[in-house]
Amino acid sequence: MPLLQTDSISKSFAGVHALRRVTFTLEPGEVHALVGENGAGKSTLIKIITGAETPDAGTLIVAGHAVPRMDPALSRSLGIRAIYQQPSLFPHLSIAENVALALEGGGAWRRVDWRARTRTAAALLDRIGAPLDPDRLVAGLSMPEQQIVEIAKAIGANARILIMDEPTASLSDREVDHLFGVIRRLRGEGTGVIYISHRLEEVFAVADRITVLRDGDVIATSPRADLDRATLIRLMVGRELAAVFPKREVPLGPVALEVRRLRSRAADLHDISLDVRRGEIVGLAGLVGSGRTELAETIFGLRPFDAGAVLVDGAPVAIASPADAITHGIGYVPEDRRQHGVVLEMSIAENASLATLDAVSKRGLIDAKVEREAAEQYAGQLRIKAPSVGVEVGSLSGGNQQKVALARWLAIRPSILILDEPTQGVDVGSKAEIHGIMQSLAERGVAILMISSELPEVLGMSDRIAVMHGGTIVGILSRAEATQQKIIAMALERADGARGFSRASGN
Amino acid sequence: MLKRHQREVSVAIAIGALALVLAFVAPGYFTAENLGDLFLANAPVLVVALGATLVMIAGEIDISVGSVFAIAGVVAGVTSKLGMPIAVAALAACATGALLGGLNGVLVAYLRIPSIVVTLATMVALRDGLRWSTQGAWIENLPRSFQWLGLTQGSYPWVMFAGVAGLTIVMAWTLGHLAAGRAIYATGSNADAARLAGLDAALVKASVFIAAGTLTGLAALLNSVRFNQIPSNAGLGLEMKVIASVVVGGTAITGGRGTIAGTVLGLVLLAAIDPALTFLGVSAYWERALQGAIILTGVAIDAIRARRNKDVRALVVSV
Repeated sequence: MPLLQTDSISKSFAGVHALRRVTFTLEPGEVHALVGENGAGKSTLIKIITGAETPDAGTLIVAGHAVPRMDPALSRSLGIRAIYQQPSLFPHLSIAENVALALEGGGAWRRVDWRARTRTAAALLDRIGAPLDPDRLVAGLSMPEQQIVEIAKAIGANARILIMDEPTASLSDREVDHLFGVIRRLRGEGTGVIYISHRLEEVFAVADRITVLRDGDVIATSPRADLDRATLIRLMVGRELAAVFPKREVPLGPVALEVRRLRSRAADLHDISLDVRRGEIVGLAGLVGSGRTELAETIFGLRPFDAGAVLVDGAPVAIASPADAITHGIGYVPEDRRQHGVVLEMSIAENASLATLDAVSKRGLIDAKVEREAAEQYAGQLRIKAPSVGVEVGSLSGGNQQKVALARWLAIRPSILILDEPTQGVDVGSKAEIHGIMQSLAERGVAILMISSELPEVLGMSDRIAVMHGGTIVGILSRAEATQQKIIAMALERADGARGFSRASGN
Repeated sequence: MLKRHQREVSVAIAIGALALVLAFVAPGYFTAENLGDLFLANAPVLVVALGATLVMIAGEIDISVGSVFAIAGVVAGVTSKLGMPIAVAALAACATGALLGGLNGVLVAYLRIPSIVVTLATMVALRDGLRWSTQGAWIENLPRSFQWLGLTQGSYPWVMFAGVAGLTIVMAWTLGHLAAGRAIYATGSNADAARLAGLDAALVKASVFIAAGTLTGLAALLNSVRFNQIPSNAGLGLEMKVIASVVVGGTAITGGRGTIAGTVLGLVLLAAIDPALTFLGVSAYWERALQGAIILTGVAIDAIRARRNKDVRALVVSV
């Protein structure tokens, strides 16, 4: 008997089908991966299973019993737990308290047994193999550590059906290995796991069965052994994707960006020397915490530095703020686009013009027509899928939001573009499109510095690869000599065991 | 257009409905005298509310306007009594407001103290500072050149109407069409993203406080020239009326959204209700309660609409 079955479930929002007669089963002791592009209906299906949404038609069957009206509380009491990409924790409480709040029942006046709380949390963390002190405040934890607390919460609640929605997005390789170890152990204990990820290699590594959703339809459900990567991608996107990266050789121009012996105590950077030529894509690889983002932010004027120099087109420049960087033709697409990259409440057009208000203005006056036409041009060029450039960016999918963030920087006609994890959390189709945009920018002579934790992306898109470790660049590899092993070896540089690379994904 | 300016439309409808009721029940409300009084009393509030709208769109709040209002009024009076022309008195009032607004702005933008705390502190400190320095005394025996800005009682309302209307239009236009206005919206929506787009979010925040202070100074002048003495406790509770107007007019308390037109309509609604109650024979004691009810209604409509929008947004993201 399956642990969970959705029988012909349909759901539409305002007449748009989100799910069409979706039948999906989860057996005890099975890891069932759910894959599909953004907007395929994965989130809606999860919301129905967890009771956050009510289906229009179809039945939800848990352990053989039809559940006519699922709600979040009922779903929890049936042993269904979901872990999302963004942890939902109380930052000002300790790990132990966060775990306890998820597990302990009882009235408001019961006595709190602090020691028991700490013991429980410690035992759970131990079970996952995470050496965290249960008394630490969640606010002081890194993203991966917070994710681990979420997993401890779910495991502690004896979840029988565990849903993991992109749980590895911010985890290092070692943590991913731990997570997979935990998943396999849970599987051995008879727990069913629904695993959602854009990283196909992870899916192949951990899943027993794979279900592909596309535009609200189940396209296929099949054992992992019967699928290969190319087939899976074809099923997901419904069209053949270029299996390779769109990288072409571009004649390189003069050096556009040069960093000379940069040192910053605050950002923990030292002895950084790097140059990027016009038309060149330089990949910046390294562990999480090796200083890649800090370097990008220093170049962009978000952080001060103590010594060294930044040169643009061969001339030393003083960049003290993003505005200065923009003046020098530098654009920066940050890692966390919802937090920093776009203004969700503003329209596509308003977001696209935010760094170039002067260009769309006449005598200080914003010309709405010019602004709209410029935005439409970029929307077309970047294939931003939206009814019009007047819609709010918050209503777009992740891939399209990222394209809007890019559009803003295309508008400054950059000579140097810094991209921090440009395809993180972006669906396969948009990912290929973003790679295509990077290539065509390089062909137009833009110097691109790309930070990425995805080795296939780094290897596939870069002309040269600079590897960072401990706040400095430990080596630069040419496209020809770079391999996954070499990069990993340099990034580790005798640092024992901590591997910060995510597995291959997407293309 | 209608959908985007839903709040403005619904407040306008509420004003229309109130006017309709009054037209039937209490036609005496619409005498030139009553409307004129209403305008004279509330024009300064509107000027303060214009500044408060900027501050709130930028995602901050200023509750010190009442104290700044009192100080700027006294400064204007003192300057005038020193024999300075009215223009200098006006300048002094605005400069005082700008200075005090700048104090708020610097503390909020550069020391990054939450604006509710900063302006709560300046509200109390400035109010008591003024009380101490004037010893509670009012400024009296103001020169003739000060009263009605040196104009006649008959012409002053018209001049003021033209001035305030012009100011309102310029502000609305600035917010909608100038890059500076766009920078305020962007900062209020997401200060981090604004900074990464090359905007100086701290400067934007400091500037809106300075603008709000300057406007409060101007408002204090427009208010004090109506009387022949200036109380040292003017503007008590002004922040409440101002914030209420801005919120009822649809400006999001969390920043990033709002219009000048909304604020004007919000103030018209709140200002019209008070005397309307008297005309309708309802006890004036109900005035505050009714204002509270209007604010809650406005905010509740917002919350309900935000929830509905969120559902639509969830659909777009998940489908």
